[in-house]
Amino acid sequence: MESIDLTVVWALIIGFAVFAYVVMDGFDLGIGILFPTLKVGEERDQAMNSIAPVWDGNETWLVLGGGGLFAAFPLAYAIILPATYPLMIAMLLGLIFRGVAFEFRWRDPRHRAFWDLAFTGGSVVAALSQGIALGAILQGIRVENGAYAGGWLDWLSPFSLLTGIALLTGYAALGAAWLNWKTEGGAQSHARRMVHLLAPAMIAMLIAVSAATPFLNYDYWRRWFDFPGVLLTAQVPLLVAICALVLFRSLIAGAERLPFLMLLALFLLCFIGLGISIFPYVVPRSVTIWDAAAPLRSQSFMLAGAMFIIPIILIYTGWAYWVFRGKVGTHGYH
Amino acid sequence: MFEHLDAVILARVQFAFTVSFHFVFPAFSIGLASYLMVLEALWLRTGRGVYANLFRYWLKIFAVVFGMGVVSGVVMSYQFGTNWSVFSEKAGPVIGPLMAYEVMTAFFLEAGFLGVMLFGMNKVGKGLHFLATCMVALGTMISATWILAVNSWMQTPAGHLINEQGQFVPGPSWWAIVFTASFPYRLVHTVIAAYLTTALAVGGVGAWHLLRDRANPGARKMFSMAMWMAAVVAPIQIFVGDAHGLNTLEHQPAKILAVEGHYEPSPDGASLILFGIPDSEARRVDYAIEVPKLGSLILKHDPNAALPGLNDFPREDWPPVGIVFWSFRIMVGLGFAMLGLGLWSLWARWRGILYDWCWLHRAALVMGPSGFVAVIAGWITTEVGRQPFTVYGLMRTAESHSPLAAPAVAASLIAFVVVYFFAFGAGIYYLLRLMAKPPQPGETQPPSRPQRAAGITPAASGAGTEY
Repeated sequence: MESIDLTVVWALIIGFAVFAYVVMDGFDLGIGILFPTLKVGEERDQAMNSIAPVWDGNETWLVLGGGGLFAAFPLAYAIILPATYPLMIAMLLGLIFRGVAFEFRWRDPRHRAFWDLAFTGGSVVAALSQGIALGAILQGIRVENGAYAGGWLDWLSPFSLLTGIALLTGYAALGAAWLNWKTEGGAQSHARRMVHLLAPAMIAMLIAVSAATPFLNYDYWRRWFDFPGVLLTAQVPLLVAICALVLFRSLIAGAERLPFLMLLALFLLCFIGLGISIFPYVVPRSVTIWDAAAPLRSQSFMLAGAMFIIPIILIYTGWAYWVFRGKVGTHGYH
Repeated sequence: MFEHLDAVILARVQFAFTVSFHFVFPAFSIGLASYLMVLEALWLRTGRGVYANLFRYWLKIFAVVFGMGVVSGVVMSYQFGTNWSVFSEKAGPVIGPLMAYEVMTAFFLEAGFLGVMLFGMNKVGKGLHFLATCMVALGTMISATWILAVNSWMQTPAGHLINEQGQFVPGPSWWAIVFTASFPYRLVHTVIAAYLTTALAVGGVGAWHLLRDRANPGARKMFSMAMWMAAVVAPIQIFVGDAHGLNTLEHQPAKILAVEGHYEPSPDGASLILFGIPDSEARRVDYAIEVPKLGSLILKHDPNAALPGLNDFPREDWPPVGIVFWSFRIMVGLGFAMLGLGLWSLWARWRGILYDWCWLHRAALVMGPSGFVAVIAGWITTEVGRQPFTVYGLMRTAESHSPLAAPAVAASLIAFVVVYFFAFGAGIYYLLRLMAKPPQPGETQPPSRPQRAAGITPAASGAGTEY
């Protein structure tokens, strides 16, 4: 019984890491996606400055998500990564270009336009790969004898492309809302216009993905629409509607922080929705978290540290954000 | 079958390529983070501007190195799953938790405090800023500790059980898994290597600027500090390397025999082959230049001690002899060259011409990149020497890889090669450009606008006010 509990605990911890990654690197990648729409010079510099001190920490949650999966659910790690091989490689290469651009664009003003392009290209590729991988996992992975048994393009489908574009849109919306909060002047008014465009687009994509998911498999349908579970699951779309309403009202009212927070809430609701569709599978409909779990001794050894370390991480990460609070300013940090 | 083999070899080439590129950056950033910590501490203690200047000078370089280390490191953490999924599934319960601890205790610490270290001087004040620098340096050390614990377990596995699915699972003691037989030696040898690499790089940069302007106080200070480090640490490293070798002989004899080029057993004491061309088909070393008995003297500390030969081991358990034979000699040769440079600098210091001896500066300049070469050569020796196993003696490399077709791996390998040479090639070019600029004297305060120091505003706006 004890091992069952720890398996669920680890599923929640890894879920938390993935969610932290999605929203935190989400706005970094979103800024990368939107970068070409920002004016060269002050607007771009402000956007870059707003994430330069935190992007590395944000990306670390991806390593915790991957590393945690390796450690706590090695079988799932060993199935999902080969199944999405080209996507993972594309994501990693995209993140390389995105990451080095932070430094290189300042080091080489003559080629800044190029590194800005690399920043955008890397961000778009990383976001699309992550979104398509999500769709690939949702639509199911062929597993035989505890190993991936499909080809190297099995992940490609209209549904996975839809989730790819949906995540891209979502990240862009988050990035725009972050800029609306952290910048001022021309950059801010541009960002606000972008949120106006992107937030409805993101919600439309969210509806499209939500509508398509139950048709992938009857099991998803049952989880969402069977009575009496539907009384609970119906709260998710209801809350989405409320958050969307608050988001649009706050935008019209010219709020700076609330649109970003509402987008975070929408991402959280999407994440809960994914949980409803998937749990307790880690590779949908073939491998449950208990099938994939590492032995109790591995889980408990990690949990002994994680219980203390993750809260400490959250404290100093929070401190780092707090140090760089407020508007970025047009001339760097003062 | 042939196709099957190809996919494994491609995956191995890909891992070797990406890890070799990656390893250069942490080797530099482990040393640089500690160097920056020392510089900032000296500045806070003495208030002397030269330390603040050097801190800011190397901080810019650190930012670029660290960034490349991060992005190439993320690749490594995913490549276990993408290309070595069978290994990951089998060994995950044992090494996965150590890597998870690395993320939690090291990567977050480095990343969390890096922003403040790079951009936060005027936001948090000197004390907290120094704390951030210390945390980043500590993070690099913790990271090295965990990842070398993982590597050491793969080299000298211990503390695990094997369950009915053939998975490695933790035994009763995690201590036994973390502190395997080779771990203390490997950790000390690798961390010292990072320090030595950094000392030589800093010394090379200092020498370059001394050759152009002997009066530059920043160049003098960095050259002097680097040469002290080389003089003190190079002999320690040779001593530690010897101890690591003895440890390897005890636990991975085939690796050492391949390194030594000993195919035949030597019952009356082994010679030391200085150079030669190993031929594993014929099981002999051609054109060998050897010193009798010296091999046993080094490895057993007794000239007549018997040593086994590779022929005592099944052929299918041999590592690729030619590669480790040569990589080891490159590493050791450079190690002694570093020792020579350190001694030379001591002599120059004693004669009072440390800053005036052009030939010393030229030698230090040539030796500037030698640490990186030695680190890669050493890494190749230990990792290729682990072959043909991923978990030494227990799990073969050929049985560890993902169920991927060769074309998929070939495509990703090509993509990695192109992107790495392009992106990191550009990065190394930018690093050389930063290093080519002399450290300028005259500033006693940390930058009032840290943005340029770490690249946060356009270079033009900060130019001229920097130093």
